[in-house]
Amino acid sequence: MVPMQEHAMTKLLQRNFVELTSRMTKNEALEEANRCLYCYDAPCIKACPTSIQIPNFIKKIASGNMKGSATTILEANPIGASCARVCPTEELCEGACVLNSSTKPIKIGELQRYATDWAMETGAQLFKKGESNGLKVAIIGAGPAGLSAARELSRFGYSVTIYEAEAKAGGLGSYGIVSFRLPNEVADWEVEQIVKLGVNIQTNTTVGSDISAEEILAQYDSVILAVGMGAVPHLGIEGEGLLGVHDAIEFVKQTKVGALPTDLVGKRVAVIGAGNTAIDGATCAVRLGADNVKILYRRTQKEMTAYKFEFEFAKQDGVEFQWLTAPKKIIGNDAGEVIGIECVHMKLGEVGADGRQRPEEVAGSNFILKVDAVIKAIGQTRFVSLIEAFGLQHTNGVVDIDETTMQTSNKKVFACGDVVFGNGQGEAMVVTAVQQGKDAAYKIHERLRKPSEIA
Amino acid sequence: MADLRIDLAGIKSPNPFWLASAPPTNSGYQVQRAFEAGWGGAVWKTLGEPILNVSSRFAAVSYNGQRVAGFNNIELITDRPLEVNLKEIYETKKRYPHHAIIASLMVEPKQEKWHEIVKRVEDVGVDGLELNFGCPHGMAERGMGSASGQVPELVEKQTYWVKEVARTPVIVKLTPNITDITVTAEAATRGGADAISMINTINSLAGVDLDTWNTIPHVAGKGAHGGYCGPAVKPIALNMVAECARNPHIQVPISGIGGISNWQDAAEFMLMGATGVQVCTAAMHHGFSIVEDMIDGLNHYLDDKGIASVKELVGRSVPRYSDWGNLDLNYKIVAEINNDVCINCNKCHIACEDTSHQCIDLYTENGQPMLKVREEDCVGCNLCSIVCPVDGAISMVERQSAIAPMTWNERQLLMNSLSK
Repeated sequence: MVPMQEHAMTKLLQRNFVELTSRMTKNEALEEANRCLYCYDAPCIKACPTSIQIPNFIKKIASGNMKGSATTILEANPIGASCARVCPTEELCEGACVLNSSTKPIKIGELQRYATDWAMETGAQLFKKGESNGLKVAIIGAGPAGLSAARELSRFGYSVTIYEAEAKAGGLGSYGIVSFRLPNEVADWEVEQIVKLGVNIQTNTTVGSDISAEEILAQYDSVILAVGMGAVPHLGIEGEGLLGVHDAIEFVKQTKVGALPTDLVGKRVAVIGAGNTAIDGATCAVRLGADNVKILYRRTQKEMTAYKFEFEFAKQDGVEFQWLTAPKKIIGNDAGEVIGIECVHMKLGEVGADGRQRPEEVAGSNFILKVDAVIKAIGQTRFVSLIEAFGLQHTNGVVDIDETTMQTSNKKVFACGDVVFGNGQGEAMVVTAVQQGKDAAYKIHERLRKPSEIA
Repeated sequence: MADLRIDLAGIKSPNPFWLASAPPTNSGYQVQRAFEAGWGGAVWKTLGEPILNVSSRFAAVSYNGQRVAGFNNIELITDRPLEVNLKEIYETKKRYPHHAIIASLMVEPKQEKWHEIVKRVEDVGVDGLELNFGCPHGMAERGMGSASGQVPELVEKQTYWVKEVARTPVIVKLTPNITDITVTAEAATRGGADAISMINTINSLAGVDLDTWNTIPHVAGKGAHGGYCGPAVKPIALNMVAECARNPHIQVPISGIGGISNWQDAAEFMLMGATGVQVCTAAMHHGFSIVEDMIDGLNHYLDDKGIASVKELVGRSVPRYSDWGNLDLNYKIVAEINNDVCINCNKCHIACEDTSHQCIDLYTENGQPMLKVREEDCVGCNLCSIVCPVDGAISMVERQSAIAPMTWNERQLLMNSLSK
């Protein structure tokens, strides 16, 4: 029976999406925590975008003060359980650890996970809603930036409503980060903590169709735009509409919701692009049973924007990298299914405006790769119409803000997260979005709080 | 390879490493295993009138994940019949004639009791006797162990009684639970002791359970003080050994005990006047095989120093140990930070800033964080170099003093002569 087989296959594939790293044992955590030097003016704190008091939370693990440890982390970073898993720690806290110069850096990410897992498992309520100040703030988007802002505002006493277009809050954590790095339970728990503070999250609510920007502007004392980014843009080549052509963001999302698809088992997949999302798409394809997965990139390894550890991870997963290769055309059969991709070899030419050598086609070097699926991962589009519905100034879909006040061209509207990040800066990190969310909340509070509250 | 043989008041052993009288030397089986592993001698677990023990008995102190930084016990002397112990001592000595077996003894402070036990243990061929005047718990409540070891007259008298009949060397084991150990050490020598050993364990309570509020350890919800030993007590023991070694009235060899965990500790005790050492906690933590590195490490150390016999090490640092009043007030050292080695944890800065003399400046040079000692304010306390986690980042360096050396005692003499 085919359906039964499919069910069995799905179960088999599910194993590939179980979280890769296991939690430290108590002994491991204590040993590692005791290794921390408890630096003064510690560089790890400065390297953390959310400024977690890292030596303190580690010392608290060592002393057995788990509640204090989890509180120290989550106080600074409401999405601290996710960040423990997805932060590029070697570029941040662990990269700054002074022990890099003598022995080996403290495993800060793993210790952070150990402490936040404690909070998840014990169900301890670590934060409280502030006494109501009668003011209302709307947040558009329940991703890391929006949730972080909501948590802080709620603690200040604001009545907070988040409008979320998806069925679930969490944003990137719920839909965009591969399950084997971030299981759904973690993002769900973080959302739950914020809901427990009285934040009202209206899911399945798209601003622009279910509620208008004008209504929101009229109903709230302040608004935070934290909508992140949209779908992968078109490649602009022939064959993009064929069956088997995927948007990497959507592709990863389908591994996070519902049953795992089984249609890639034994197939050949080409991934276009070499950023972290491309790696996610490629490794998900491997884990969905694909026989061969190739990443095609029009530049070289040097220009690739994926983190080194992501690149290494993909290679370990068996992903092949084809540098200096650009897609020209996706080829389909009569049934409209992908059967191949025509590519062309590239070479690096003159240095462009962004400081990188511009890739140029090598004339007559076209070739065809036989593939059954193509995953597009060449960046993400912007929610321009939404931004314009609020009447906000923007640059190529990146909302313009005053860096010091986080206000947009409409003083009542603040913006944070991916919606203000971009234009040549690559992808924002979750942890940066979280800090921007906190900052937006603090700026709103500075602007709206009663003069009597100002000490 | 250096000669590791020692002769402690006539007791000879192939190396200076003896197992102290304690759980590891409870039986012939254990002592024979220890000798096989390489231990040079064993002080048999204290023999005396049969006693009863409790459960539980041991507890330890962990420090930042390091287990057994200190060890606490409420176990008493041997709970096996004297006849059994004597039989096993006899068998063990027969099998290992070149290893030292010393019988630890504890009886009531009565002349006939001491005479009787000394004769019985010497009959089975022990190489020496160690009088247990140190056990701080249990037996002390019955007037034995540290209870008699804290009274100099009792130490002297009991030693004398033993010496009346003993044919083998007599070591008196002293308790540290006393204000000045040299007083009881002197009493032992007056009684005729051939050697002294120290320290026995220190009165201790290992901890309190934060959930049950029971003591650690506890016996059915009740606790009593135990005896503390292990690495944590080493500095206390080392000082007591050194104080006895430099005391002109104490002219007998010393067997050093207290937190000795490796060859380095042993060498330190010997430099401070111990002829040999006794070990317990380290063996209880790791097993008898740790003696292998003790022997090996000491051998290499002596070879590197060009010393032919371990005996040459004994007491070499004693002349350097004195009273505070004899220290040069004008000697000056300061901290020097090597920023090339420094990893910028800033522990030296905050230690100095918060708890010492505020003389380590934190600044930035060419974007690099740097640390510098303001020498004029540095008192040479060593704290920064103690908290520094990296070897070679902070050195304490000598600075030429403008003033001639002068100790406090010399200064007082001078002041007195001037005021006359």
